[in-house]
Amino acid sequence: MGTFVMPSLGADMAAGTLVEWLKQPGDAVEQGDIIAVVETDKGAIEVEVFEKGHIGELLVEAGNVVPVGTPLARIDGSEMAGEQSSIRPAQPEIKTAAPRVAPARQLVFPRGTGQGPRASPAARKHAAELGIDLATVKGSGPDGAIQLVDVERAERMRPEAVSDPGPDLSAMRRAIAAAMSRSKREIPHYYLTHRFDLSATLGWLDHYNAERPPPGRLLLGALQLKAVAVALKEFSEFNGFYSKEGFAASPDVHLGTAVAIRGGGLAAPCIRHADTLTLSELMESLRGLVTRTRRGQFRSSEIADATATVSSLGDRGVESLLPVIYPPQVSIVGFGSVMQQPWAVEEGPVVCPVITASLAGDHRANDGHRGALLLRRIEQLLSEPDKL
Amino acid sequence: MTLMTYREAVRRAIRKAMQADERVFLMGEDVGRYGGCYAVSQGLLEEFGPERIRDTPLSESAFTGAGIGAALGGIRPIVELMTCNFSLLSLDQIMNNAATIRHMSGGQFTVPVVIRMATGGGRQLAAQHSHSLEGWYAHIPGIRVLAPATVEDAAGMLGPALEDPDPVLIFENALLYNDTDDVEDLVEVDIDHGAIRREGADISLITYGGSLGKTLSAADALAAQGISAEVLDLRVLRPLDEAAILATVAKTRRCVIIDEGWRSGSLAAEIMARIIEGAFWTLDAPLSRVCSEEVPVPYARHLEEAALPSTDKIVIAALAVLGR
Repeated sequence: MGTFVMPSLGADMAAGTLVEWLKQPGDAVEQGDIIAVVETDKGAIEVEVFEKGHIGELLVEAGNVVPVGTPLARIDGSEMAGEQSSIRPAQPEIKTAAPRVAPARQLVFPRGTGQGPRASPAARKHAAELGIDLATVKGSGPDGAIQLVDVERAERMRPEAVSDPGPDLSAMRRAIAAAMSRSKREIPHYYLTHRFDLSATLGWLDHYNAERPPPGRLLLGALQLKAVAVALKEFSEFNGFYSKEGFAASPDVHLGTAVAIRGGGLAAPCIRHADTLTLSELMESLRGLVTRTRRGQFRSSEIADATATVSSLGDRGVESLLPVIYPPQVSIVGFGSVMQQPWAVEEGPVVCPVITASLAGDHRANDGHRGALLLRRIEQLLSEPDKL
Repeated sequence: MTLMTYREAVRRAIRKAMQADERVFLMGEDVGRYGGCYAVSQGLLEEFGPERIRDTPLSESAFTGAGIGAALGGIRPIVELMTCNFSLLSLDQIMNNAATIRHMSGGQFTVPVVIRMATGGGRQLAAQHSHSLEGWYAHIPGIRVLAPATVEDAAGMLGPALEDPDPVLIFENALLYNDTDDVEDLVEVDIDHGAIRREGADISLITYGGSLGKTLSAADALAAQGISAEVLDLRVLRPLDEAAILATVAKTRRCVIIDEGWRSGSLAAEIMARIIEGAFWTLDAPLSRVCSEEVPVPYARHLEEAALPSTDKIVIAALAVLGR
């Protein structure tokens, strides 16, 4: 008969929570079988048994916290004599002569005090490059630390990586074809464009970014999204869905943002409640969204229910665009690239950064007059970025 | 190729240098009539005479200083110090004169002296004859520090060391003198780079001098467990071949350093620091090291063995780094 005790899963572990029994009385167990899950401050750990026999009696119920060494179960017909801790011995077996010094103490690496899972620098770097959350990776290194090989394994296990790294471009192309054909077939588009001076906005942005490290800096795109979101909230007939029953305005602004995919295609995942986010929150969402979209990893909340869309050409586009509405939405706002252009002010002509905003509206749901006001409101919001 | 011991290799290197350049001479305690305390210079007195194989008084400071003066004067002394333990008596000459004169004279004077000495423990010679102090010397700018670990390096390092315009210290681990290997008769080796003694993929074992053999044995033991260890022999302790260190660590992402010196403020500590500075993002596990225990090296055999790095300790450290 053997006893299965609460194992010590680290030098500093005093007690553990028995989370779950994976075997019941009467079950046969082999050496190496996982028979319980123990929660420690390192996370849930599956615990192996190193005896062969049958589970006799479970001595501790799941959910209890017990000190290391507490008998958890009786193992009948055990082929291993004595009451042994059932975990793998911490000290590696050496085939050569027995070491003359007991090294186990000095070879226990101190646990980090930082937050999050223990992971090697190489693993952290690679996970960051791949956008893998280390909390989802199971470590195989010393004391369960995540190593590079574990991240590589996690990368291989990712569903999209199995079939195809990145989005399925042909399927995406078919989806774009279907949606845009339907849009042009069903939606009576009208288009408005509006050019305005962006000096104040860009000046504010430069000033804002100059004081911050790169991760804290904003892109113009974040300001555009915020301005459009706030404006849409005020112009409800542009924000919502058109169905057989007609137009239904949405109380919330979930703003789709068109993201070009390298290799062709685009997607328009959405930032929910975009009007309520601060600029830095929006920027963070935008960064994550672009990265994940280009890799084909949308979150479920990101691919559904955008109430309107923004399409921005960024730095390397052209002056303006006339975008196509993504049904069942009823509007889409476009931004051309910022261009240095001659501009008339009271003192005479000057050269300044100019942007062209455009609006495609669904004439079943809204009209050009209000559309023009919407574009002017966007201009006004962008001209006072400190209030965004 | 000739089969020779490490001892013979050093002797041949001295003979070759003395034959090639009449400015070269050897001086030290018992190097002449007695043939050297490790018998390295046996027979050289008969061959070259007392002018060039000079027995000195028992004053390391005096004859090391004389060697530095001779080098300044334009000849090429090889100074033999019995062991690095006694070299501390000449530390003032090495540090305050040999290492500084080029700098303090604005480059007008150089000190092309070569100072050889035995190092290391493992022979039951007790604390005053068994320490490994090369890490201290590797701290000093202005000198080059070599640690030949193979018969080939013992044969080939002295020539380029004599050509170096600055002081060169050569640390010969006394346990190596009876090692035997085939060596090219006119071998010369570089004194700038480390050498990969065994290729591997899973973990780097970085070592030098007397620990190389133990480390290669450990790599064999690890291979038996399916672990592929790469062994880097530093060869040059100053200036360190940082590129070789970073390259092997970047390759295997794990590292154990084996250094017969004490761990506090050791060469092993310096190597760890360089790895953290230069290869942090390639690491997959904490660095580890096997050094001598922080005690005066004991006389009793079992205690001495317990105090020094061993193959077992290296294997255990490597397995711990690998989480095995």
